[in-house]
Amino acid sequence: MADLSCNFLGIKSPNPFWLASAPPTDKKYNVLRAFEAGWGGVVWKTLGSQVKNVSSRYSAVDYHGSRVMGFNNIELISDRPLDVNLKEIKECLRLFPDRAMIVSLMADNDRKSWHELIKKVEDTGAHGLELNFGCPHGMTERGMGAAVGQDPEIACMVVEWVMEAATIPVITKLTPNVHSVVPAGRSVVKAGSNALSLINTIQSVTGINLDTFVPNPDVGGKSVFGGYCGPAVKPIALKMLATLSQDDVTNKVPISGIGGISTWKDAVEFMLLGATSVQVCTAAMKHGFRIIEDLCEGMSNWMDEKGFKTINDFIGKSVPTLTNWEELDINYHVIAHINQDKCIHCGLCYIACEDTSHQSIRLDYGKPYNTYTIKDEECVGCNLCNLVCPVDDCITMEVHRKSDEYLNWIEFQKRGLPLNNH
Amino acid sequence: MIKSNKLKSEQYEQNFADIRPPFEDSTAAKVEANRCLFCYDAPCIKGCPTHIDIPKFIKQIASDNVKGSAHTIFISNIMGAGCSKVCPVEKLCEGNCVYNLLEEEPIQIARLQQYSSMKALDENWKLFDRKSSVGKKVAIVGAGPAGLSCAHVLSREGIDITIFEKENKAGGLMTYGIAAYKVTPEFCENEANYISSLGGIEIKYNQELGKDFTLAQLKKEFDAVFLAFGVGETRQLNIPGEKLEGVVDAISFIYELRNKGFSSVPVGDKVAVIGMGMTAIDAATQSKRLGAKEVTLIYRRTQDEMPCTEYELDIAKLDGCEIIWLAAPVKIKGSGGKVKQLVCSKMKLGEPDASGRRSPVDTGETFTIDVDMVIKATGQAPYEKLIGKFKIENSNGKISINEDCSTNIKGVFAGGDAVNGGKEVVDAVEAGKNGAASILSYLGV
Ligand SMILES: Cc1cc2nc3c(=O)[nH]c(=O)nc-3n(C[C@H](O)[C@H](O)[C@H](O)COP(=O)(O)OP(=O)(O)OC[C@H]3O[C@@H](n4cnc5c(N)ncnc54)[C@H](O)[C@@H]3O)c2cc1C
Ligand SMILES: Cc1cc2nc3c(=O)[nH]c(=O)nc-3n(C[C@H](O)[C@H](O)[C@H](O)COP(=O)(O)O)c2cc1C
Repeated sequence: MADLSCNFLGIKSPNPFWLASAPPTDKKYNVLRAFEAGWGGVVWKTLGSQVKNVSSRYSAVDYHGSRVMGFNNIELISDRPLDVNLKEIKECLRLFPDRAMIVSLMADNDRKSWHELIKKVEDTGAHGLELNFGCPHGMTERGMGAAVGQDPEIACMVVEWVMEAATIPVITKLTPNVHSVVPAGRSVVKAGSNALSLINTIQSVTGINLDTFVPNPDVGGKSVFGGYCGPAVKPIALKMLATLSQDDVTNKVPISGIGGISTWKDAVEFMLLGATSVQVCTAAMKHGFRIIEDLCEGMSNWMDEKGFKTINDFIGKSVPTLTNWEELDINYHVIAHINQDKCIHCGLCYIACEDTSHQSIRLDYGKPYNTYTIKDEECVGCNLCNLVCPVDDCITMEVHRKSDEYLNWIEFQKRGLPLNNH
Repeated sequence: MIKSNKLKSEQYEQNFADIRPPFEDSTAAKVEANRCLFCYDAPCIKGCPTHIDIPKFIKQIASDNVKGSAHTIFISNIMGAGCSKVCPVEKLCEGNCVYNLLEEEPIQIARLQQYSSMKALDENWKLFDRKSSVGKKVAIVGAGPAGLSCAHVLSREGIDITIFEKENKAGGLMTYGIAAYKVTPEFCENEANYISSLGGIEIKYNQELGKDFTLAQLKKEFDAVFLAFGVGETRQLNIPGEKLEGVVDAISFIYELRNKGFSSVPVGDKVAVIGMGMTAIDAATQSKRLGAKEVTLIYRRTQDEMPCTEYELDIAKLDGCEIIWLAAPVKIKGSGGKVKQLVCSKMKLGEPDASGRRSPVDTGETFTIDVDMVIKATGQAPYEKLIGKFKIENSNGKISINEDCSTNIKGVFAGGDAVNGGKEVVDAVEAGKNGAASILSYLGV
């Protein structure tokens, strides 16, 4: 059995799965249930100045019969009294001392407020602090949340205040509502933040009620931009994470990966791109805490198969494989192949290629089943047919190098080699 | 003993409950709709004689465009609701579904089709506009699937339609023939009303060609005629004892069942059904459901040659019907004028016949079973006399048509069971469409 334990700046947890700062970590009742279920740690729902929430709060995007492909909220930070939260944090720490307890913070935008809040939170015995520079709604209007995270200078200033007071590790949670997360990331690391986490939610409009014409969620006939998360945002989160892992300032600190993680595979991907721990919100909100079982079992089985003893054996392993476009090998060439024994004749590969790609699939009409075959000489190896095929391993992409030599675009141009003529 | 009212009314209700129940709600339909892969040049479409664009109507259910979905169905098959209840889909659309190749359950196309089309019927959606009248009149003989389908296409194009129907209800065998656990009389009536609600279609009931009017009269009064009068009663067995009390014709037996209440249809305790087509299965299963204790299907060939589908056979088996393969009735024995026994020859398979199936050959051996009722379901005989009387070219009573559905008589077209000798509703609907297309070009519309 692989060892899933995680050490994040000395914050130890039996596995790398933490619950992200959100409703699942909003109170003792939930957190105890999560720990009982086996979660490695929690980032307590953001504490700060007193707020009031509205109703309704959430909306979602369904896709092809699958509910909550993307999830959206207009919720604020914790709306429970600070002292109640602090008391409960303490109790959770006492009952589950082996789990990571990180507390998310968003103080009013002045040094004194941050110092006071940090002092109170540290008194609970919490293991770390996460600075919420990412909440995209409600708090920004007051100069907090994403308003801080979107401006590297302000972010730097706040982190400096925090580092003056903090005696436990500080993680800065970045907002994805920027062109690039790297400037803010660099800025807070330079200001002393011990670690980074990302992503918080992405501003969105999930949909509109076609009877009332009001976007959702509907709050008495009005709506606001909300924060988008869940499976739909994973690719964006992964990309942002990768940019931090590639940057030589931000890659010096550990990163907690967040955004659309629902399965052990998602988690492994975040870790392969440099995350030391991962955080989950939407998947738990959709299915409950029991998903931790397969998150751990799946990762552990995969690690055993690959021969990884600890999670450190694979964290960041995929980072070097992300390169610049100019460095890709132009002589590498793949051609689709349709396994006729597996083909169910649905024609999806054909129509995708015919209408939108390179007309590389031959159709021989049959009754009722047509036969589809690849025109090798036309196939550019785009993967589209392979992606739309509903049968596992029916369409495979086979390597037919143009030449043995590695040849990139820069060299290609230098040699004046011919471009496509179709 | 042959008697009616064998069961309690709840039991009748239970026994004749819908065999293909609708989806409970839109979520259930959408879960199934979302399983559909949306195949290109989909094999399911090729399995449908009316070529409904199945992936499209299913996608429209998934996208909450149920009205569009119903339109997609009806544009190809105006009896899409009825077909969703009665089609032997296991050998048509669903039989071709690519999921079969993955050993997965095929998409429940029939139930999805029922979902959209029944909504249209129940809520009386007006999905078609009739063009204003072009001043041409067409007579249609028979208000069955072929006649109604032809009428709808023609009326959409502004032709004024009069349908002459010998019964007092529309729907043809849909109303009078098909098993009661597939369609109810109310449904058949609704469907026919929905079709004629387009306008421009007048149905004259209790009007029988050959009795109340002649073909010559129709030819005179109308610009074209479409013959869609189906096929007639069951063929005779031509064996001794056929006149005994307790020997009945499957079509009349089912006609009674569909037309009167279940409790007023007499049925025996030990019933033998001769044949293994759709009608035989329906007669056997419905005898059982009416309260017969033992029902035995008797067929002269084997399962490999049977005309019904495996699915239909399974219905009979699940209803507890016995099956004797390779047996042909030679004599019905009686006493006091009532059926007592059925004597059958044991058969074996010989050379393939005209249908390509191996033909049964008498072994000379016989066996006898005790029965008190014999139902004949050995195929319907076409209206040979009627067709002969009007000098319509035919082969053994089946009207001969050209590629354009025209008969040997100018301006007279034909389609459906009257031409093919008895297939499915969906084939009749397609024949009606084809007939309409030909009539339109004949009329220059
Ligand atoms: C017992 C049984 C079960 C069946 N089960 C199924 C099934 O489950 N699924 C399926 O798809 N198909 C089934 N069929 C077949 C299906 O019912 C027919 O193929 C279909 O109804 C044919 O349509 P049609 O319009 O050609 O003829 P019909 O439905 O026979 O309609 C002909 C119409 O013409 C009328 N008519 C006849 N003679 C005259 C006349 N001289 N003048 C005026 N009107 C006349 C009749 O009253 C009738 O209304 C079954 C058939 C039978 C007998
Ligand atoms: C209802 C809701 C409330 C949230 N509240 C907070 C919060 O108070 N502080 C915070 O840092 N992030 C908050 N988040 C963001 C999550 O912590 C997380 O970053 C985001 O949901 C992406 O992860 P996921 O795709 O697993 O949900 C909230 C998210 C949701 C859905």
